[in-house]
Amino acid sequence: MLEAIDITARRGTAVLFNRLRLRVEPGRALLVTGRNGSGKTTLLRVLAGLTQPDDGAVTLNGSATGAMRAHIAFAGHAAALKDELTVEENLRALAELGGETVTHDALSSALGTVDLAGQRELPARTLSAGQRRRVTLARLALLPRALWLLDEPATALDTTGIGVLAELVTQRLRAGGIVVAATHQPLEWPPDRADSLALS
Amino acid sequence: MSTVAATALNEPDHGVFSAIRWAVAHDLRVALRSRAELAVQLLFYVIVVSLFPLASSPDRALLAALGPGVLWVAALLASLLALPRLFASDFADGTLEQVAMSPYPLPALVGGKALAHWLTTGLPVVVLAPILGLQYALDADVLKVVVLALLIGTPILSLLGGIGAALTLGARGGGGLLALLILPLYVPVLIFGAGAADAFRAGLSVSPNMSLLGAALLVALVGAPFAMAAAVRIAID
Repeated sequence: MLEAIDITARRGTAVLFNRLRLRVEPGRALLVTGRNGSGKTTLLRVLAGLTQPDDGAVTLNGSATGAMRAHIAFAGHAAALKDELTVEENLRALAELGGETVTHDALSSALGTVDLAGQRELPARTLSAGQRRRVTLARLALLPRALWLLDEPATALDTTGIGVLAELVTQRLRAGGIVVAATHQPLEWPPDRADSLALS
Repeated sequence: MSTVAATALNEPDHGVFSAIRWAVAHDLRVALRSRAELAVQLLFYVIVVSLFPLASSPDRALLAALGPGVLWVAALLASLLALPRLFASDFADGTLEQVAMSPYPLPALVGGKALAHWLTTGLPVVVLAPILGLQYALDADVLKVVVLALLIGTPILSLLGGIGAALTLGARGGGGLLALLILPLYVPVLIFGAGAADAFRAGLSVSPNMSLLGAALLVALVGAPFAMAAAVRIAID
């Protein structure tokens, strides 16, 4: 269970959110919506433990998220890809950084899921914006973490890509994972499993 | 979900040495894919060292007095030249966020990055020093002292420089600021490093200089990774 207790965040003098409380049960998704600059990214980074809230605390299964990094996958605006390395090398490096060892088959199946099997040996610099986003999806598929934090996961994805994203999220939720996504476009996620939070 | 039950930071497979190995392997692989950049840094070092004999007199005694100092200043500049790359590209492409989100201890990961920086900039400088030293009519014994001092001293440059590189992340004009911030910290290393050769030439023992360099290296090895990690956390906050 992901729980945020009375978290407050400011950017300069502007208060983004004040004494925000939220709780997401295993198997459920939370869609964070709001206009540009309303604090969606900040909220996600606070939940990840990357940004310290001005007040309050975030816990995953009772422990501070900063100490639960082995159970969290974070996908920010930047895809964390090295242009010099191939798609396979990038994915392997990111999975190993996450403490997972990746087999050849697992990698093939993750790349197949996101329809990048043909790009496996290509340097990341040759990928389009949507393909880079798909590599992030493949990384998530390789990291079956208890909590996924996704910042604008659908940006630059085409309709099939958005479908792949929804499929991955649905599988993760069925397996008891928690998914929190910041988005400003509607995502067709299972309505019986998804809640939404609007920041103003 | 094999890792769910364990507590994040104390698992054996999230150990310090795995973290260092990951960072070194990753950074070396990226660096070796952009060899032109590495070659530019080394060429810069070679050219700076070679300019001094051309600009000063061909007097052997003068060159021999000048040599160790020039090798050190050039090593320092070569290290500085490569420093912005240490964290800036990782910061820009999001890798640094993933590094901070890793279950591995952050000081070990950034320490590994500093080690990779030394392997790509410091070590070649040490290896090239005896060849470049010939231009300064340095004899073999003096060259040995210079190389040993560089071997102990250049890792300190990478470690201290890493702190500066992490602190100046996201700052405008980061490169110039980095030089202003870091060069004064390099001064003690320069004094004891270049001083070792001078002491040797004057017939004195080199052990005080080498001991001080060694002590500085130990302090940097223990302290710098934590300082770098703290600076990285501030930068991505």
